[in-house]
Amino acid sequence: MNMHKYEKIWLLFGTATLLIFLIVVGISAFYMGNQPPSCAVTLNPEKVHATAPFDDPGLKKIGDNEYQLTVVASAFNYDVGTDDKIVQIPKGATVHFNATTTDVVHGFELAGTNVNMMLEPGYISTYTNTFNKAGKHTLLCNEYCGTGHHLMSATIEVVE
Amino acid sequence: MMKVMKGIHSADAKLTMAHMYVAFFALLIGATAGLMQTLVRSGKVTLPAGIGYYQILTLHGVVLGLVLTTFFILGFLVATQSKTAGKYSSGERKWAWAGFWMMTAGVVTTATFILLNEASVLYTFYAPLKAHPGFYIGLALVIIGSWFVGFVIFHRHARWRKENRGERTPLLSYMAVITMLMWQIATLGVAATVLLQFLPWSLGFTETIDVLVSRTLFWYFGHPLVYFWLLPAYMAWYAIIPKIVGGKIFSDSLARLSFILLLLFSIPVGFHHQLTEPGIDPFWKYLQVVLTFLVVIPSLMTAFSLFATFEARGRELGAKGLFGWLKKMPWKDVRFLAPFIGMVWFIPGGAGGIINASNQMNQVVHNTIWVTGHFHLTAATSVILTFFGIAYWLIPSMTGRKLTAKMNKWGIIQTIVWSVGMAIMSGAMHWQGLLGGPRRSAYSEYAGNADTASWGAYQIAQAIGGSILFIGMIIMLVIFVNLAFFAPKGKEEFPIAVVGETSGTTPKVLENWKLWIGVTVALILFAYTIPFIDIIQNAPPGSKGFRLW
Repeated sequence: MNMHKYEKIWLLFGTATLLIFLIVVGISAFYMGNQPPSCAVTLNPEKVHATAPFDDPGLKKIGDNEYQLTVVASAFNYDVGTDDKIVQIPKGATVHFNATTTDVVHGFELAGTNVNMMLEPGYISTYTNTFNKAGKHTLLCNEYCGTGHHLMSATIEVVE
Repeated sequence: MMKVMKGIHSADAKLTMAHMYVAFFALLIGATAGLMQTLVRSGKVTLPAGIGYYQILTLHGVVLGLVLTTFFILGFLVATQSKTAGKYSSGERKWAWAGFWMMTAGVVTTATFILLNEASVLYTFYAPLKAHPGFYIGLALVIIGSWFVGFVIFHRHARWRKENRGERTPLLSYMAVITMLMWQIATLGVAATVLLQFLPWSLGFTETIDVLVSRTLFWYFGHPLVYFWLLPAYMAWYAIIPKIVGGKIFSDSLARLSFILLLLFSIPVGFHHQLTEPGIDPFWKYLQVVLTFLVVIPSLMTAFSLFATFEARGRELGAKGLFGWLKKMPWKDVRFLAPFIGMVWFIPGGAGGIINASNQMNQVVHNTIWVTGHFHLTAATSVILTFFGIAYWLIPSMTGRKLTAKMNKWGIIQTIVWSVGMAIMSGAMHWQGLLGGPRRSAYSEYAGNADTASWGAYQIAQAIGGSILFIGMIIMLVIFVNLAFFAPKGKEEFPIAVVGETSGTTPKVLENWKLWIGVTVALILFAYTIPFIDIIQNAPPGSKGFRLW
């Protein structure tokens, strides 16, 4: 197959760029640990409320400025352990999010952060984030789950 | 006799037109639904008569993503096959009609249950949301019907090879085969989940459904689906546009090679839609990310070929300097302008796609309205403007009419209106997505915090863009109706480019189907076998169905 000289240069350059890109992405994932949420721990979706830690949702201090936030999603609500659906965390805190759903697939997105994962029945989704700036982040559902999909929300407030 | 005025055999032209009527009717319904969505989300409008936002969103996705595209593509491929490989036998034609009617019956069934509000599950119908069985039956009919038409396209190609032993097959016929091959292999996944999981479950034969298996089968199909939209546009870019600009195909063998590469790297890549899902091992996610990015190579080949063709033609017409050829292009010919603008939009569209599939960056944009903005650039602009560009000559060529100067002018206006509307709508979607605005959501003030409140302006911009696009859709339909029923009788050219002198010989191995199907299947097995076994072995208890609308 004959290929024009310029095309060879173009493809060589393009493929080399691609290779570098994929290596960077790979190093970031496997060496630096920037993996997408892939917890792979399962539970019985009909017994979420009886399964620890989801039997007691909310914020728990587990270390020095380190917390675990357990959230149970259901149509159309996030149970974050407080009545007003506001969770306050101190600035600089590292929070391990631990979430699942009792019914259909839901999204779990904390606006303005990289916390963004799918909640699927039978699976636990986890992600860790450190909050270095004070302010309010809205937790919302970004996967369609029914008529009240856009009404699901909670607030994570980072306080000084 | 008027019959001889048509671009292809008259019975085949009728078959193509049947597909086109359904496609453009779908455009009317789907784009109207789209307008309503943008208006609702602006927060200024509520839908009358108890129509649900998610009901029309389901309609929008099904009717545009599955109906408009599939019917247009099949109609176009049926025509190019008849043009380049020769007319169908009456047997082939009967099978194609059977496929067409099966698909149409499927569309009517599915649409009925959506309109009855029995299936507001969106076009991705993620379990365990459970729609009426009629919704799934209709979808299955569309898929199986499309297989019939696909096999007719294969059969015609095989017959040409038998009739012309040892000769190189016509390029467009070859490309039609690859497009349908990819479709048939990919739709096996969605057919499996619909027929083996959703249907028995919605009929009550099985109590629960494995959610992750259904999602994995869906996305095994879902990504090649978008390449299925793109390949016919590539066919036009490679083999039709060169003729319209008066040039030749840059290289026959490279065109075929890029189609082969697209076939290989379009299917074993579904996990890049599932990166944020808990049940899939991160190693296999990364592996499929790598396979996803290999389509960069045929994409670069395509970009090179297209611009080489344009430049060569421009220089032939006396263009000087690096960009002088740009001035020599037929800008006032809508058959060129619309697809060319489509190509230009593919540059930001493709760049956005690279972000989406990047293992980590996906985290920022997953399921935000950025994604919606992305595929409204790729599918709803690059692909659709190319399809409109095809329609301007294909429709009159099928109906024995002429594209008049007046309709050409309206086509140019349509292209501009569409581009402006989409720049506003898709641009606003991209920005709002980066700020975290979710896709597939009705108007909401959420918890009343400042972050979500800042999205309002973008949503109003989307409604403005959506309204401009609606006007563009109306212009397109007027042109379609004119070309189908009212334009003056005559012979409209069915443009097919010939291969340039510098193209060289095409290696025989590119037509070795056993080899390429074998490699395709091997890649799919490599990318999916182990993670799929993993998903089944480690599955949680299944889910009951939910009706939450």
